[in-house]
Amino acid sequence: MRNLSTRFSRWLISGPPLLYLLIFFAAPSLIMVFAAFRIPGDYGGLVPMVQTDDAGHTQVLINAGNWHDFITFENFGRFFEDSIYAQLFLKSFWYAGLTTVICIVLAYPLAWLIARSAKKTRDLLVLLVILPFWSNFLIRVYAWMIILGPQSYFSIGLNKFLALFGIAPVTMLFSEFAVIVGLVYVHLPFMVLPLYANLEKHDMALLDAAQDLGANAWQRFWRITWPLSLPGVWAGTALVFIPALGMFAIPDLLGGTDTGMIGNLIKQQFLDSRDWPFGSTLSIMLTLAVLLMAAIAGWAGSRKKERA
Amino acid sequence: MALLEIRDVVKTFGDFTAVNHVSLSVEAGEFFTLLGPSGCGKTTLLRMLAGFEQPNSGQILLDGKDMSQVPPEKRPVHTVFQSYALFPHMTVAQNIAFPLQMAGVAKADIPARVAEVLEDVRLQQFAKRFPHELSGGQRQRVAIARALVNRPRLLLLDEPLSALDAKLREEMQLELINLQKEVGITFVYVTHDQGEALALSHRIAVMNKGEVAQLDAPETIYSYPKNRFVADFIGQCNLLDAKVVEVGGERMKVEIPGVGVCETLPVDGAQVGQSGTLTLRPEKIRLAASVAHDADEVHFTGKVHDCLYLGDVTIYIVELDNGTLVETMLPNSAPGRARFFDDNDAVELAWRYDAGHFLLG
Repeated sequence: MRNLSTRFSRWLISGPPLLYLLIFFAAPSLIMVFAAFRIPGDYGGLVPMVQTDDAGHTQVLINAGNWHDFITFENFGRFFEDSIYAQLFLKSFWYAGLTTVICIVLAYPLAWLIARSAKKTRDLLVLLVILPFWSNFLIRVYAWMIILGPQSYFSIGLNKFLALFGIAPVTMLFSEFAVIVGLVYVHLPFMVLPLYANLEKHDMALLDAAQDLGANAWQRFWRITWPLSLPGVWAGTALVFIPALGMFAIPDLLGGTDTGMIGNLIKQQFLDSRDWPFGSTLSIMLTLAVLLMAAIAGWAGSRKKERA
Repeated sequence: MALLEIRDVVKTFGDFTAVNHVSLSVEAGEFFTLLGPSGCGKTTLLRMLAGFEQPNSGQILLDGKDMSQVPPEKRPVHTVFQSYALFPHMTVAQNIAFPLQMAGVAKADIPARVAEVLEDVRLQQFAKRFPHELSGGQRQRVAIARALVNRPRLLLLDEPLSALDAKLREEMQLELINLQKEVGITFVYVTHDQGEALALSHRIAVMNKGEVAQLDAPETIYSYPKNRFVADFIGQCNLLDAKVVEVGGERMKVEIPGVGVCETLPVDGAQVGQSGTLTLRPEKIRLAASVAHDADEVHFTGKVHDCLYLGDVTIYIVELDNGTLVETMLPNSAPGRARFFDDNDAVELAWRYDAGHFLLG
């Protein structure tokens, strides 16, 4: 009896989120997988396999003889035929990777500072880190268009400074540089927060012990703090790398003609080219690439543990 | 020359004086203990020896060299921390190898050194375990092994046994004594546990309010406390207010008001009329329904006020005629006897003239 009621309450608790994930995550993902094997319709969408005529009679169009007109592997063939897609993938991975590394470098000292400050200042600093979320993401990216734009005090000041050394004025907006700035800016809090959560738990006695046993400041960081913070680094990396990889708004707004990422191409397939099947194919390949990377990282991690 | 010399060291935190003009020296090979209640400055003194705190004034010399400009990582001094502070992401062997790597020991020599010290603390088969896979006592031993492995001039131990249960603590005490003998490294041990201090140390510095209240061998500290604080802090002790009534000769006479006169060992500089405290350990007092007379003893009568049965002994609190309570004890070694007396039984007390120790002032 008790067993039954615990089982029931377990379902009651896990049921709603499970249902939510099924409807809004699993089902759309499956639809996407099916869509990747279909042919685009004349005005977007997919070629219908079932037709309802004016009289209300439903007719199944697909049959054993003509399924080739509805289902195809061509989308995947197209992906592998032209190296331009692989190049775009590589470029996106490069942008996302660079963004992640810059975020780690910027976020680590900040997270350390927050974790080491007094309780009261700590809460205030965490608040400041999440404060940007209070305004819309697009508005914040637009703000960067102004900051990096040629008319901003920042650009004018910088170019005046460069002129002192005889360097020609630079244009920052609509460049790779602007895209990276935008990506780093938007994702930085997602690196700071997990790092802070990790560093805050560190036992300071360990650093005392390491120093006592002969470790200088660099050795204390590299041998104690850094390895113990790796779970935070990995969490932050996942939170930054994956969203950055699929980003399309920032390259759209801040980038130039050749700074598009894989997200831009997927968006283009759905909204401009009306090629849902190929857009789905690209999405699936992106998901597979990320899963592959996670698997490699997990495998490397477990190998390292075994050696230790 | 002493291995460690602390010269007139003062350390303040804001208005609070943690260590107040402390001077002492520790010889090579000694097991030296800093004993005192929490807040007495013993841990601050230890942290200054390790280099984590700087004295406001005074000097700390190790092998005759002033340590004030030497950071913790450069001192030939290692610490066993109260929380052990083992590195959780390293195995036992990696933890112990850490100080060797920091000291630049050749990579090829490290495994042998680690194995050697693991044998000293009897943890050979645990080399590949992580700290969270060990018991409290094992972690303790790893912490000691890690601090000992590159043979520091001085090993500092900060309440290393306080996290262990009583049984294990006793076991570890014996191990520490043997280990210290074996490795011959000078130990400076900090504790608030007087039993631990008495059991382990060659010499003890009892600290109170940032000052050294007494520095002596354990037996001297226990038998001849120099002041009320030490008498009270170390073990159980009766502190009886008394007045000097006769001086000169082999014995001195003091009067416990309302109880009577008793003989005690003479004290330098004592004068008739001076008041002070007679310190008497419970186990030095004889207790019986009626005690046989002896010229070297004083006798008083009283009644049992309270008893505490502790198994091996029973503590009796005896009320003297003037209302003063005196603590005494009887071993329960007589077969079949749990108690000799009950509350309110009339009893007699006796103690030898040299059982107690008179403190002036």
